Amino acid sequence: MDPENLRYTKEHEWVRVEGDVGIIGITSHAQSELGDIVYVDLPKAGTVIQQGKTIGSVESVKAVSDIYTPVSGEVVEVNGLLTESPETLNKDPYGTGWLVKIKLSEPGEAAKLLTAAEYQAFVGTESS
Amino acid sequence: MIKKVRPHPTQNESLLFETSSPGKIGYQLPELDVPPVDARDALGAQNVRQEIRDFPEVSEVDVIRHFTRLSTWNYAIDLGLYPLGSCTMKYNPRVNEAVARTEGLMWIHPYQPDALSQGAFVILAELERALAEITGMDAVTLQPAAGAHGELTGILLVRAYLEAQGNPRKKVMVPDSAHGTNPASVRMAGYEVVNVASNDRGMLDAQALARMVDEDVAAIMITNPNTLGVFEEHITEVARILHSKGALVYMDGANMNALAGISRPGDYGVDLMHLNLHKTFSTPHGGGGPGSGPVAVKKPLEPFLPLPRLQHASSGWSWNYDRPQSIGRVRAFYGNFGVLVRALAYIMAHGGDGLKRATLDALLNANYLRKLLEPHYEIAYPAPSMHECVFRHASTGAIAKRLIDYGFHPYTVSFPLIVHGAMMIEPTETESKQELDLFADALVSIAQEAKENPELVSTAPHSTRTTKVDEVAAARKPILKWSR
Amino acid sequence: MLDTIGASTLEDLYAHLPEDVRFHGALNIPAGKSEYEIVDYFRVRGLENANSHANFLGAGVYHHYRPVLVDTVVSRGEFLTSYTPYQAEISQGTLTAIFEFQTMICQLTGMDVANASMYDGSTAVPEAAMMAMRITGRDGIAVARTVHPEYREVLGTYTRHQSTSVTEFEYDPGTGQVDLESLEQVLNETTAAVIIQSPNFFGVVEDAKQIAEMAHAKGALLVYVFTEAVSLGLLEPPRDADIVAGELQSFAIAPSYGGPFAGILACKEKYVRQLPGRLVGETKDANGNRAFCLTLATREQHIRREKATSNICTNQALIALMATVFMALYGKQGLRELAEQNLAKAHYLGERLWRRFNGPYFNEFVAATGVQSPDEINRRLLGFQIVGGLPLDRFYPELRNSVLLCCTEMASRADMDAVAEAFGA
Repeated sequence: MDPENLRYTKEHEWVRVEGDVGIIGITSHAQSELGDIVYVDLPKAGTVIQQGKTIGSVESVKAVSDIYTPVSGEVVEVNGLLTESPETLNKDPYGTGWLVKIKLSEPGEAAKLLTAAEYQAFVGTESS
Repeated sequence: MIKKVRPHPTQNESLLFETSSPGKIGYQLPELDVPPVDARDALGAQNVRQEIRDFPEVSEVDVIRHFTRLSTWNYAIDLGLYPLGSCTMKYNPRVNEAVARTEGLMWIHPYQPDALSQGAFVILAELERALAEITGMDAVTLQPAAGAHGELTGILLVRAYLEAQGNPRKKVMVPDSAHGTNPASVRMAGYEVVNVASNDRGMLDAQALARMVDEDVAAIMITNPNTLGVFEEHITEVARILHSKGALVYMDGANMNALAGISRPGDYGVDLMHLNLHKTFSTPHGGGGPGSGPVAVKKPLEPFLPLPRLQHASSGWSWNYDRPQSIGRVRAFYGNFGVLVRALAYIMAHGGDGLKRATLDALLNANYLRKLLEPHYEIAYPAPSMHECVFRHASTGAIAKRLIDYGFHPYTVSFPLIVHGAMMIEPTETESKQELDLFADALVSIAQEAKENPELVSTAPHSTRTTKVDEVAAARKPILKWSR
Repeated sequence: MLDTIGASTLEDLYAHLPEDVRFHGALNIPAGKSEYEIVDYFRVRGLENANSHANFLGAGVYHHYRPVLVDTVVSRGEFLTSYTPYQAEISQGTLTAIFEFQTMICQLTGMDVANASMYDGSTAVPEAAMMAMRITGRDGIAVARTVHPEYREVLGTYTRHQSTSVTEFEYDPGTGQVDLESLEQVLNETTAAVIIQSPNFFGVVEDAKQIAEMAHAKGALLVYVFTEAVSLGLLEPPRDADIVAGELQSFAIAPSYGGPFAGILACKEKYVRQLPGRLVGETKDANGNRAFCLTLATREQHIRREKATSNICTNQALIALMATVFMALYGKQGLRELAEQNLAKAHYLGERLWRRFNGPYFNEFVAATGVQSPDEINRRLLGFQIVGGLPLDRFYPELRNSVLLCCTEMASRADMDAVAEAFGA
C-alpha cells in the first residue's frame, strides 16, 4: 500500500528523492484518519525549512493536522492543484497529491527515515 | 418503536432576498415633525450611499411567516430533552423573559446619571452577593459577556496579581480534557499552554502534577467536575501543590450545576473561577448566545477586577472608577445586564434551598440515566458521575444522528477529546422521569439497531426536513452569503 | 429512581466527595419566591430607574424604536431555547437566519464576508486588531482618539500584555475628524492596522477612503468601526476598509443598561480564514436540497484550541436575530428613511446650538455649553423629564463645557426645543 521507493516519518509524511529535490506529502494512513480534506495551508516558494519543523497544515471539516517536513531545504514548488481540489490528497496521496518540492540542503537526511516496512510496523503499533 | 412525534414541515423556503419585491415595506415611520434635511448637503455627496443593494424588501406578513417557518425546523428545550454534556440545557423560565422586559430595566442607558439608575445597581449588587455566596468567593465581576470571556478575564487577573508581585510567569497548565476555550483563552492572555494528561480514572494525577509545576507556572485551569462529569477528588491536593509554588488555581465553572449548594470551590483552594449564567443559571441559549460569564475571586485578587466597581454611600449607589490596580475594562459598559436580570430572577425563584435541590436533582437524573444505559453502552471511566456521564461507542456520531429520529437532540459527540467515541450526556434537573425513560429507551433501541441494522443508524436522521448536510463541500467552497 | 441507582438518599449521590470539599451549611440566600413576588421585585427596581424620560444620550448606545414583531419572533421557544446549531439537521431555522444575517451585514458594510456576530462592538475591535496582526505579521496598532473611549480601553486590556504597541492619533479641533498629519506621524512599516470610527465618537463622519489610502500605502490594514448602525442606512459604506467591526445595538436591541448587545466583524474575502467567530455556509443535503451549516470550524477553539483565531465560543445568536428581523422589516427603503429622519432631527437641534466641530455629522454632535456647565444644563433638563447629553470632559479633559448630544427618530420637536432653550439658544 505504501510505496517502497519512498521514505516515511512517524508524523505520517513521506518523501521521494529525485536528484537534489525532495518531493513530500502525507501518507494514505494520514489522509484516511483526517477524513475528507477541505483545505491545505502550504508555505510559499522560497521558504527555507528545517527537518521536523511545521511548514503548514491540512484540514478536514473537524480536524487540523500540522505538516512536519521530513527534510530540510528550500521550497521550490508548491502543488497549486490542492488549492482548487484539496480532495486530491484523499484520492492520490502519493501521486498528484504531493504537497511541496524541496531543494534539499542535507541530501543524506531522507535515507535515515523509515522504510515502507518500518512505517507500516509503526502504524500497526500506533493503532493498538 | 418510536414513541415521540415531532412536527417538521418540509415546505421549501426562500430566503428574504428571494421573496423581496421592489417597493414592499414592513415599517411605517411617523411623519417628521422637523424640516427634512438634504443628506448630500449635510454630509457631502461623496459620503451618501446610492442604495443598499439587494437588501430585502418584504412585508410584515412575509417576515412573520418566514421566521415562524424557520423556527419550526429547530429543536429546542421547549420541545424536549437536550442531553448536551456540560451545556446544562435546563428549562428557561419564562418569568425571566418577562422581568427582563420591565420597561425601567430595558430602556435605561448606561450613561444616564447614577442617581437615575438605582434600581439597576440594586440588581447588580444582589447578584454579585448571591454568586459570591454560591461559589464561596469574596468578590464578583459581572462584566464578562460569556464563559470564554470570563476565562480570559480570569487569566488576565492572574497575570496582574503575579505581576504586582514582580513576575507574571510564563505558563498555565490545562488538562487535556478541557474545553477548547481554555487553552485558547490562555494563549490570548499571553501565556503558554502546558497540557496535563488525565490519569486512567479520568482525573488529574496530583503526583504527576507536582512534578510538572515549577516557578514558571502561573496557574492551573481546571474544570470541576471535569468534562467527564467526574469530581476531581484530589482538588485540595492540587490546590496545595500550586499554591506552594506561588501559582493560582482557576476553575472553569461550566459544570457548576453539579456543585451549587453542596460544594463551594472558594472553600477549598480555588482562587478564582467563572460561571456560565446561560448554563447553571438558566438564561436562554438563544441559538448560541447571549451568555454571561461572571468571574468570582478571593480577596487577594479583588483589587485587580475590571472597572468600574459598585460602591455604596449614604447618597446611594454609584460606579467607582478609582481602581488603580484594575486590569481595566474587558468590554464597554457594565455587563450583559439583560442576562444578569434573568439569572437573578432564577436565583430568587429557587432560594438557597432550591438551588441545592436543583443540584441534587441534576445528580439524580444523570445517575439514573447512567444506570439505565450502562448495560448497553461502555462507560468511559468507572468513577462516580455527578451531573453528567460519558459513555463511548465507535459509532457515536451515527447514534447521535439516529437519536434525532426518536425525537431527541443528540448528546455531545466526540468530546472530551480524551475519550475515543465519546457520548457526553447531561440531562439537567428539569427533566422528568418520563422524559428520561423515553430517552434511555431510545438509546437502548438504537444500540440494538446498530447491531442488527447498522445501515439504518449510519444513514440517520431519516425524519428531518434536511438530511445529512455536506459539510465537506461547505468547507471546500465556502458560500457565506447570498448573492444574486 | 434512587432504587434503580442503588442509593437510599439524594445525599448518597455525592457521598464520594472528600469531606473537605463539602458545604454543610445552607446558602445565605433568601428562600425561593413565587412568580408574583419576583415580577413585583423587578417592577419596583424598574421604577427606581428613570425610564419615561426623553433621552438625548448616544455615545455608543442609541434609543431607537423596537418594532413589536422583533420580540414576537425571538420569543418563539424554538429560537429562544435552542442551542448552538452544531447539529445542522435540526437547526436549519437558526442557521438560515444567521446566513441571512451574514448576507445583510455584507450588504450594509460593503465587505465580502461577515461572521455570525461577536459579543459586542467593543470586543470586536481588539479581535479585529489581532486579526490584522495575524494577517500582516506586524504588531503595531494605530487607533484614533475619536474611537469610542471605552472601546479603546478594551483594546488596551486585550493587548497590554502582548508585544503589541498601541498608539493613538489626534483629531482636528476644527472639524472633529481625524487629524491626518497626526496619523501620518504614527503610521509606519510596523503598523498592522489603523483603526477609525465613523461616525466617530463626536458624531462626525470620517473620510475613510483617504485614511485607507494612507494605511495601505504603508502596508497596514484599515479597520473601520461603527457604533451607530443606522448610519449605514445613509452613509457610503467603507468599501476600502479591510475589516469592519461594529455594534448593532441600534437595530432593535434595547439599551438594557449596556448589554447584551451584538457586535459584528466583517472583512474582505481574502482574510476569511483569519476571521474569528462562527460562520454559517450554504451547502446541500443528501437529497440535493439547499441547507446551511456551521463551516470553516477549523479556525475555532473547539478544534484548534490554543492555535485558534480566538477563544470565542458564544455568538450573540438571539440578539443577532433581533437585528435580522429589524433589518428585514425596515428593509432597503426603511433603513434609509430611518437614517434620514435621524439626520433631520439631529440637524434641527444641532444647527441651533453652538457646535464644537464643523465636520459633517449624522445623528450626534458636540455642543458647547458656553458660560453654563454641562451639569447645570442637565440638571435643568431633568426638571423637564429630559436626560441631557453626555458631558465630554470625563473622556476628553481638553473638551470642557462640551456635551455630546444624540437625536434619533424618537426625539420630539418639543423636547429638542426644550434642550435648545436650556442651552440658552
